[in-house]
Amino acid sequence: MTVREVAVRAYREGLPALSASLVGGLLAGVVLGGMRAELTAIDGLLVLVPALLATRGNVYGSLGARIATALHQGLLEPRVREADDRLLTAVAAAIANGLLASVFAAVVATAALVWLGRPGAGLPVLVTVAFISGVLSGIALATTVVLVVFAGFRRGYNPDTLVGPLVTTAGDVFGMAALLIAARLVIWGVG
Amino acid sequence: MARTDWTMRAITRAMLPVLLVLTTIEIGSGLVLKSFEGELLTHPSLLVLVPVTIGTAGNLGSILAARLSTAFHLGTLSFDLTDDRLLGNALATVALALSVFPVIGVGAWGLGTLTGGSDLAVTTVLTVAVTSGAVLSVLAIVVTVVATYVAYRLELDPDDVVIPVVTNVCDVLGVVVLFVVVQMFV
Repeated sequence: MTVREVAVRAYREGLPALSASLVGGLLAGVVLGGMRAELTAIDGLLVLVPALLATRGNVYGSLGARIATALHQGLLEPRVREADDRLLTAVAAAIANGLLASVFAAVVATAALVWLGRPGAGLPVLVTVAFISGVLSGIALATTVVLVVFAGFRRGYNPDTLVGPLVTTAGDVFGMAALLIAARLVIWGVG
Repeated sequence: MARTDWTMRAITRAMLPVLLVLTTIEIGSGLVLKSFEGELLTHPSLLVLVPVTIGTAGNLGSILAARLSTAFHLGTLSFDLTDDRLLGNALATVALALSVFPVIGVGAWGLGTLTGGSDLAVTTVLTVAVTSGAVLSVLAIVVTVVATYVAYRLELDPDDVVIPVVTNVCDVLGVVVLFVVVQMFV
């Protein structure tokens, strides 16, 4: 293939996934844009944003890839009603690892802010926000990944190509929405 | 390729160490965001731009990384700078960035204006988005080629290592580039 043929093909194959994540990213941006009050009230919340969004992508992308491989190998039936212990374990492991990474992010963010001598909302507040947002986005994303990948597979789509755009789009939107809800809950709780 | 067992312990052992390293790197980009929080809070369309710029930068890298990994597995890739497959994929990455970042710029301006009442001109947000996108596409190519080459030299499976590393490094670069470009144009 010539350079031009390679480029045209790569462009055509890349554009749909990129467009899907563009829509998800802009929607997440609208949520972030609407969070100015919370960002001001919880100092240091913005430091968590990239880490929490990336965690959603990394953890649930990995869950999706795992389910896709198992479907290809016939190790998993694409029906929620027949969900076995292995699927439940994989989902539970994804949510648990996502929560660990979220709380870890809050600890590292607080430590970095203290070290740099910058003001921050303090460890308990940031950890609570990270934990609640991890639970909410975890439940939403695990459900979405399982349901969409199963439905796509039953309709004959390749689950491997479905997982990437699905997780980046849903991860951004659910990740930001969960962070907004968690921040509001904590602000309301602290009074 | 052997997959890990579906137990809590095996999945955690395979996932958690990398996850914690990547999370720490992402806190670095959070600190960069924090350093221009004032500008972001004053200009809502710049705040709207943050997640989509990070996400698109990461995706440009991960799409290229997946293609190079596959070409590498098939044995059709050489790390020669005149290699057709390498050049073609690099060209497509720049073309993809130049196609989506204008949409991102206008979209962020429109949504920022609708939801927050923007004070920036559409041309300013468009310039910020397109300049960031062009710089990021070149950086994504460099990072991906270097990471794929390192994985090849260390005899690691590029599928396991390169895609998460490239995606997260490009995420961080997305914030850094956005920061520099905002200082230049806003």
